[in-house]
Amino acid sequence: MKPATFEYHAPTSAEEAVGLLADLDDAKALAGGQSLVPMLALRLAVFENLVDLRRVDELRGIETRDGSVWIGAGTTQATIGRSESIGLNVPLLARATPLIGHLQIRSRGTIGGSIAHADASAEYPAVALALDVELDALSPRGRRTIPAAEFFTGTWSTELEEDELLTGITFPVWQGRAGFAVEEFARRHGDFAMAGACVAVGVGADGRIDRCAISLFGLGPCARRATEVETELIGTSPADSDADEIGRTAMAGLDSVPTDLHGSASYRKRVGAAMVARAWRRALQEAVGD
Amino acid sequence: MTDVDIQVRVNGIARRASVPPRLILADFLRVNCGLTGTHLGCEHGVCGACSVLLDGEAVRACLIFAVQADGAEITTVEGLAEPDGELSVVQAAFRDHHGLQCGFCTPGFVVSVTAFLEENPKPTDDEIRDALSGNLCRCTGYQGIINAVRAAAEALAESGGSASRDATAKETE
Repeated sequence: MKPATFEYHAPTSAEEAVGLLADLDDAKALAGGQSLVPMLALRLAVFENLVDLRRVDELRGIETRDGSVWIGAGTTQATIGRSESIGLNVPLLARATPLIGHLQIRSRGTIGGSIAHADASAEYPAVALALDVELDALSPRGRRTIPAAEFFTGTWSTELEEDELLTGITFPVWQGRAGFAVEEFARRHGDFAMAGACVAVGVGADGRIDRCAISLFGLGPCARRATEVETELIGTSPADSDADEIGRTAMAGLDSVPTDLHGSASYRKRVGAAMVARAWRRALQEAVGD
Repeated sequence: MTDVDIQVRVNGIARRASVPPRLILADFLRVNCGLTGTHLGCEHGVCGACSVLLDGEAVRACLIFAVQADGAEITTVEGLAEPDGELSVVQAAFRDHHGLQCGFCTPGFVVSVTAFLEENPKPTDDEIRDALSGNLCRCTGYQGIINAVRAAAEALAESGGSASRDATAKETE
């Protein structure tokens, strides 16, 4: 028993769960626990009350809706990795999934937990940001939808209030000619990435880039988009794009790249530029290919 | 801290207990159930020594509280061999290919590989390495382990069997 003591609650509905989060002192939602439990074990976090979401069935599921795919926040990464519909409709999410932790982690870890935890080097927040997903949140004050662009606010911080629960994520399905890629560098597969990038790119009927999203992870307090590069790329011809230059430009605006045991900020930026370049090449090749 | 009543099946045996919420599943298995084959290395989700099957999926028993496993079916390394002690295909392959030395990490490897081969019966070498990345071995090294996984996959393909005895039992039910 490594964690400090806490009281355990296992509600059966999302309404009940947010009621508990609001009423109890110092309460935290427990989903798959693959980030929270190590933090409790290391005493980086201590809570008086844990509200386990395992009995809340409404938080799980994958539904294809009109032009989008809804994924319940409690759906495990393993389930997402096995889903044919996600492989087909949200390829970027499918490709990012095997990069998360290890198979034992993905058996338990959930998409909602990963996004709400908002680790700087996690894959799903970067995917959510690149695809402009909509995040459904529930609190005792009601439901609201938060756009991904407004969700991540800093280190392990999001727009969610303490008594607010992420219930589902809606991924838009990109139509037409499009390509998706995620690249990351970690010293060992499954470890936290030193730096990584997601690219989603669309090519219009005129053969020019008409949609473009580049998101970065491990390169700041939370995932972020490389908006300036994206804007420059819209309307250009794929043949003219210089992947290495795109990678370098994507790093130019970064001002809070971490330095730690694994690498200095300047090294991370070089790795980040290389990841953007690799992801760009692969995504673009898929978009322009037959 | 209020204790919580749970009911689980461990290696086919139903167990009830009243446990403190912070008791991790690995300690429940080792202390309450006396199944000390599940080893605890790092206790924060890095080393993989405590891997068990929870409803057929490999999980880290140090990152789950016993209360979260209420209602679940758990298989530990003790539940992999036949009741007469005959090793499972994966266990036998580890023995035959020098997939262990001191044996501390072995239960976690064997359990994880059992789940992995269930989902991916014909893995490439890259996929094997990827699947093993969540388990640390500090003395044998990984070559023997990779050889063991490859051999287990081949043996299962030849026999048409399943890596997990439970899964085989379910199929024949």
